[in-house]
Parts: sequence; C-alpha cells; structure tokens
Amino acid sequence: MADALKERFFAAYRAMVTARFLEEKIAGLYHAGKVVGGVYSGKGQEAFSAALGVCLRPGEDVFAPLIRDQAGRVAFGEDPVDFTRTYLGSVEGPMRGRDGNIHRGRPDKGMPAMISHLGAMIGVVNGTLFAKRLKGTLGDSVGATAIGDGGTSTGAFHEALNLASVEKLPLVISVANNQFAYSTPNDRQFACEHIADRAVSYGIPAHKVDGTDLLACLDTYDKAVSAARAGGGPQLIAGTLLRLCGHGEHDDASYVPADAPHRIDCIEVAEDTFVKNAWATEAEITEVRAACAETVRVALATALNDPKPNPANETWQTTASGF
Amino acid sequence: MFIYGQDIANFGGAFKATKGLAERFPGRVVDSPISEDAMMGLAIGAAIEGMRPIIEMQFADFSSVAFNQIVNNAATHFWRTGVALPIVVRMPSGGTMGSGPFHSQSMEAIYAHYPGLVVATPATVEDAYGLLLQSIELDDPVLFCEHKLLYFHLKSKGLPDPKSVLPIGKAKVIRNGQHATVVAYSAMVHEAIRAAEELEADGWKVEVVDLRTIKPLDMDTVLGSVARTGRVLCVGEAFPYGGVTAEVVSRIVADGFHLLDAPPQRLNARDTPIPYHPNLWKAHRPTSQTIAAALRELIAF
Ligand SMILES: Cc1ncc(C[n+]2csc(CCOP(=O)(O)OP(=O)(O)O)c2C)c(N)n1
Repeated sequence: MADALKERFFAAYRAMVTARFLEEKIAGLYHAGKVVGGVYSGKGQEAFSAALGVCLRPGEDVFAPLIRDQAGRVAFGEDPVDFTRTYLGSVEGPMRGRDGNIHRGRPDKGMPAMISHLGAMIGVVNGTLFAKRLKGTLGDSVGATAIGDGGTSTGAFHEALNLASVEKLPLVISVANNQFAYSTPNDRQFACEHIADRAVSYGIPAHKVDGTDLLACLDTYDKAVSAARAGGGPQLIAGTLLRLCGHGEHDDASYVPADAPHRIDCIEVAEDTFVKNAWATEAEITEVRAACAETVRVALATALNDPKPNPANETWQTTASGF
Repeated sequence: MFIYGQDIANFGGAFKATKGLAERFPGRVVDSPISEDAMMGLAIGAAIEGMRPIIEMQFADFSSVAFNQIVNNAATHFWRTGVALPIVVRMPSGGTMGSGPFHSQSMEAIYAHYPGLVVATPATVEDAYGLLLQSIELDDPVLFCEHKLLYFHLKSKGLPDPKSVLPIGKAKVIRNGQHATVVAYSAMVHEAIRAAEELEADGWKVEVVDLRTIKPLDMDTVLGSVARTGRVLCVGEAFPYGGVTAEVVSRIVADGFHLLDAPPQRLNARDTPIPYHPNLWKAHRPTSQTIAAALRELIAF
C-alpha cells in the first residue's frame, strides 16, 4: 500500500516537474517571439492537476484537460512532444498547426480537445460516458475534466453537472479554485460559501482539498475517482490554490495581492514530502529533475526541427464526408 | 448607463478598452461572472428599466454563449412589445495571428441575419469612437464589432467631433476610382486600400467603399460607386457561406445589374475554421495580395 502510494507520488511529481519545465521553455520562446498567440501555464496548480492524472487509467478512462492541466496531461500519458508541437504549430503534432497551445487533444485516445469556451467540455465527457454505457464498454471507467473558479459560472457547467447527475454518469469534475478568473476575484464569481457548494444542488458529492499538497490531492482524488468507479455517480473535487503566474505570459498578474493566500509552490511542498517520508534523497530528486529536463529538451528539439504547415499542402477541407 | 463584462473594471478589460473608466464612474463599470447568457439577460432587463447598458464580450467568439438572449430575446423585443432595448454589445472581433479558431471570429453576419439588430463594423479609430457613441444613443440593440486591429495597431491623432462622424447606416467612399470598386468593412478596408495602392502603380484607379455598418446596409453608396466603375469586388474576413459579401453582391445584381461590366465578385476567408499557425492563417483570410489579384482578374474581364 505504502509502496503503491509512493509510486504514484513519484509519477505525479515527475509529471509536475516535466510540466513546469515544458511551460518555462515555451514561455521563453514566446517572449523571444517564437511562439505566437499566447502561452497559458499551470504554475502552482501542478499538484492538483497531476494527482488527477495519476488516478486515471489511460486507455480506459477519458480525460478532457483544460487550460492549467499540463501536469495532468503528462500524468495521463500525453507525450510531451504533443505540447511542444502544438505550441510551435508543427504539422506532426496532433493539431497540425490548425489549433494551438492548450487547445489540443487526441479524442480517439480518450483525450478530447478543448475549445476555448469554458464549460463546453464537461458535456462532451458526459457523452463519452453515456455512449460507453450504452455500448456496454463502460465497466468501471470514468470520465474526468477540469474547470476553474470562473468557469463554474457558465451555464454549460451547471447544465452538464445536472445532466451527469440525472444520468448517474461516472464524471469526475476537478475545480481548481485559484482565486482569480483572469483578473476577477472569487467574490465577483460566486456567492456561496465554498465553491464546492456548487455541487450540492445537483446531488453531487463534493470533495475539498488543499490543491498545493500533492499527498492530500492524491488521497482526495483516490476517494473521488473510486466512488465514481463504484457507481457513485459524478464527483466534484474542489482544490484551493493560487496560480503563480499570469493568466497567460502576456499578463503580469499585478491584480493579485502580494499577500494572497496559498502562495505556495506545490513542487517544493512535494519535495518536502519526499524528504519527510524518507521516500527520496535530495540526490534522487535532483536525478528525477534532470531526467524531466532531458525529456523536455528532446520534446522541444523535436518540435523545433519539425516541418511547419504549408498552406499549399492543406486540403482546406472541413468535413469528413468531403463535401 | 453602465458597462458589464469580464475583467473590465480595475483591470480595464482584456484589450484595455475600459481602462480608467471604473475609477471615473464608480459602480457603473462592473466585472461580471463568466456568464454570457446571464450578462445579456441582465442587459435586456436593465434596458426595460430605461437604462442604456453596454455589455462587453471578452471576445466576439464567446457571444455564441449569449446567442439565445441576443437573437431571441433582445432582437424580437421591440417588435413584440413596443418597448425598445438600447443595448450595445461590444464584440472584439476578427483574426490576429496565433489566436486560433476561438479567439478570431467575425460574427457580424450571423447577427445581421436576425431582424431587430443593428450591426456596426468600424474600420477606423474615428468611426470606432463616433459609431460607438451613436450606438449608445440608438434605441436598438447594437452588435458593435470592433476589430482587434483597432486595439493593437490603428492610431489616431485625436478624436473627432462626434457630430462630424457619418451616421449609422451610411457607407463612405474612402478612395475614389474609376476602374473597379472594392466594398469592404472592418479590417478588410485597410487591406483593400493597400491593394488599391498597389494597382494604382499600374494605372488602375480602384474605388474603396467602407460599409461602416453592415446593418443597416447603405446600398445607395455602393450602387453609386458601381455606377462609376462598372466592376465590383466585395471583401469580408468572415467565412464565405452567405454573409455580408453575398448580401451585397445579391443586391447589386438585383438592383444594379445594368451598371455592371463584369460579374460582381466576392472574396472571403476560406471555408474552414480559423487556423492557429501564421502560415495557415495568412492563407486563410483575404490579404492585400489576394485582393489585388482578384481585382486584376475583375478588371481584365
Ligand atoms: C464562455 C467563455 N467566456 C469567456 C472566456 C474568456 N476567458 C478565458 S479564460 C478566462 C478566465 C477563466 O478563469 P477560471 O475559470 O477561474 O480559470 P483560470 O484561468 O483561473 O485557470 C476567461 C474569462 C472563455 N474562455 N469562455
């Protein structure tokens, strides 16, 4: 048991560090003018995202990540080169230069590709679960997706939660409350006491957790995902944390007060946990970080060398039927 | 009046279009939750109460979430009840490099399709200012499509006297010519001007008409120009199916067939979502080069 936990903790930590390094590298390229559009990072939210990723079973479960879920993506098994290729618009990437940055996925491999419109992916995950149940392939698999505090104000969020509950779907909805939606603080977003209260009126169990503490996140997701697997219907997990970067790289987040609560780096917390439990020595941690850095270096080098889209090679065709 | 939208108060909006306003007008420049449908419903209710609300969509693309309130509630309201709704919906519109399928859309034609809505599509800082003030004064819901180019690139020495700005529903000939007319609006006006300049080097004089508002649509000015040139190309950044350029061409054909020396042409974005990578993006929307090429063909006909 302890060994299994330690293993998952390690896997999550690796995903967190890989995500951090990937985002730092791509942010550097953005500031050098080599990435267009925007770069959206999950700095400070890696533990909450990765813990979900490691609780899922790639190949069986569905995971529709959102804007701050790079760590969860890595933990779920998304190849880091999908990240670099999509940001750099490589034709070899899953989005082939057609869509960019976090707007990527492999829907045929259990990872729907998000659109920007917040809340829109929850209903889509519902649909994958509904279909699996009809086809008889659902078994004890689940469908997970994520949203921020701001995204919980969309009608899409509420409609999809209600529908999931009515249909008793094994939906796992992860709510990262990083206290701000772009610049807008929580008190302009919801008026219930805790964001987890959003789940109550839909009859959905809500699990609250300190989103900066990887160990606590693993424990909470474990319970929530297990409940969904066991037929307990949709589960909502609300993590409290703070985004330690701008909304995107263009944003200096100067609207976040210096004394905002939860200004905690979850990667440092995880490293403390390693040491406290004697799960790893500092040297071992350094080794893991070096391996993550190497993964990132390779992913970036690969994407940088890839061919870029050539409009002459595009079909400019939008329909599968070819009309 | 008041302004309601995401991140518009102290932050000044995603494009800084409301910068400083919250301080000047306390309590009337308000951060909304991410709830476009409810935001638009709020505007309708407030307008019934006699206010003149402005709703800021963070991007035009997200107005799709408020589509029902806009086209079914707001657009039909005056016709059904006799109570006018003076609402302005600010819509940061159009493509910018790297913005991808969901932060780039030109949605003006979708809204223009619905009876009861006014749709403004300014191309210049002067018109963005003048038409915005006029839209606020207008007693109808106005979809105010501000191209992001206006925020990022276009500059103006000063703001015009609002009274000197042409009214809503009047197009403007912004460049005189005799060999062909380009009808454009919003950012495409600037691409059209560049194309006209390119053709001038070869001795072709191209007239450019800026529609300014696509609903009402000023066909008198368009037909007047076609009467002078006999050839017309309509350019829009939106998707090619239907839309503004199709509407303009169909009206030219119906009402000005006798004026034409060549089949009227349209140039739009390609019929795919708006691509992320700059190589694809540049090949997706009309540019001064593709406009110039279309004009050469039109003139050669
Ligand atoms: C329906 C919709 N409206 C507006 C936006 C523009 N937008 C993108 S991210 C964002 C803030 C999101 O805040 P939150 O959900 O708390 O997530 P966070 O960015 O804090 O992770 C907004 C307003 C959007 N993507 N979708």
